[in-house]
Amino acid sequence: MTIYELLAAPFVDYSFMRRALAACIILAISGAPLGVFLNLRRMALLGDAMSHAILPGVALAFTIWGLAVWPMTLAALAMGIAVACVAVVLTRVTQLREDGSFTLIYLLCLATGMIMISRAGSGVDVLHILFGNILGIDNAALYLAAIVASVTVVALSQIYRALVIECMDPGFLHATLRGRSFVGQAFFVLVVANLVASFQALGTLMALGLILLPAIATPFWTRSLDKAIALGIGIAALGAYAGLLVSYHASLPAGPAVVMVTGGLCVFSVLAGRYRSVRSHLAQ
Amino acid sequence: MRDCVGCRVLGAGSMSEAAVTVEDVSVLYGRTTAIERVHAVFEQGSLTAVAGPNGSGKSTLLKSIAGILKPSSGRIKVNTGLRMAYLPQSSEVAKDFPITVLQAVCAGFWRVTGEGGAITRDMRHRARAALAEVGLAGLEKRQIGTLSGGQFQRMLFARTVIEDAQIILLDEPFAAVDGETTARLIRIIMDWHAQGRTVICVLHDLMLIHKYFPESVVLAGQCIGRGHTHDMFRQKLLSFDLDMASLHTERDVADAHARGDHTHCNHDGHSHDHI
Repeated sequence: MTIYELLAAPFVDYSFMRRALAACIILAISGAPLGVFLNLRRMALLGDAMSHAILPGVALAFTIWGLAVWPMTLAALAMGIAVACVAVVLTRVTQLREDGSFTLIYLLCLATGMIMISRAGSGVDVLHILFGNILGIDNAALYLAAIVASVTVVALSQIYRALVIECMDPGFLHATLRGRSFVGQAFFVLVVANLVASFQALGTLMALGLILLPAIATPFWTRSLDKAIALGIGIAALGAYAGLLVSYHASLPAGPAVVMVTGGLCVFSVLAGRYRSVRSHLAQ
Repeated sequence: MRDCVGCRVLGAGSMSEAAVTVEDVSVLYGRTTAIERVHAVFEQGSLTAVAGPNGSGKSTLLKSIAGILKPSSGRIKVNTGLRMAYLPQSSEVAKDFPITVLQAVCAGFWRVTGEGGAITRDMRHRARAALAEVGLAGLEKRQIGTLSGGQFQRMLFARTVIEDAQIILLDEPFAAVDGETTARLIRIIMDWHAQGRTVICVLHDLMLIHKYFPESVVLAGQCIGRGHTHDMFRQKLLSFDLDMASLHTERDVADAHARGDHTHCNHDGHSHDHI
């Protein structure tokens, strides 16, 4: 097998591979920077819970319209915002803490969503919704990802400075703006929108793969936020490219292969990274 | 002025206008009352310590004045046209956030730049000057995660310096810093006072309050005293005695010591705070 056959031929020969790669790179550009901020805000697990909690919205749209991108997307977006509001209210008025209320809601939502989908569709549909269908991405899903990514990049550039200050010192930002800051909410809507776009490719169980895994890897290589964001995009894109190749040559399911390779890069960073990795710990 | 012991908190010029007026303010966290019906007037140019045991609502009062917490009843009036700077407890700031010291300090220009405005060369120059003022010259490019506790607090002071505000709110600025840093920060606070700025500072250290803060507000859920600091000591609302059971239980004092609040007794553990 030549290097060309190993690294390039699958994408040259098959349009579904090109689409899959394009979708992943689009998701990487908008998702990885959000992941860096999610990680810095210690909201990694909350994001994960969120990606499961949108399932009933998806299931409802699926029951009515089938596997159509736009209805599923809008329903998921609405569901995500509704879930966040319910969780915030539960945290404020009851003794539940944020993690507890999100866990309660996401398990309930995951179970309800699965029951709705299995009643309305086939086993293949269930698999697609759980694990995504990265090789079956159609034009609508690709456009959706492109629109979400464009909006995210523009919006993120508009709230970037406030987001940095809010992550580092929320009290300072709220005092400076006398309590009138919506940067947290804006950030949250962007995260849900990216989850939903990612959902088509990686399914509800792994939608955060390309968003959070690169973000977890970056602090092992750089202490600068700007570099972490650039590196996060690079790791996500590399993970997607290598993952798709692995899945092609070894006949593995594509979505899990992408997440596995990205996770592998993350593990490598933990083991061999420059800062506070296993390697630097052993070197001391 | 009805239910509080002591007199109004007076400023440097005793007839000057109020910078901040706290009128009958209560703040609730869920169903718990953090502060109840607090009155306080902070005159322009005054230098006031907010004292009281742990959980007495000192930080809550400061956050309400800063506009972060909304009072559930009562109101807070800030003299129009006065800019306000707020410095949170350093434990509320993410110390490992991946930005440089200079970037963190330049956040103090937010009121000028907003989201899109550029940080100009002049602003960077002023930020460097502020860092020199707090004794951090040369550390501009360091990541904030590499600073010691004392250096970190100085950096936050530099950010407050460039905010150039007429009202400055400080929440336990001397917690977890060593004696040398405390002395430097006190000098900056004295400069602010001399420049006629209004400073309201939450702190535990009675020695510092006694020595440097002309006015005090003493809280224990409610406002139990406000006025000249020496009157607060005379009325035993503030006292160096450990058996001052009504205000400071021995446990509070022990907690404060354990957290290193008393700058004269924390030479252990923070001795690395040199540059």
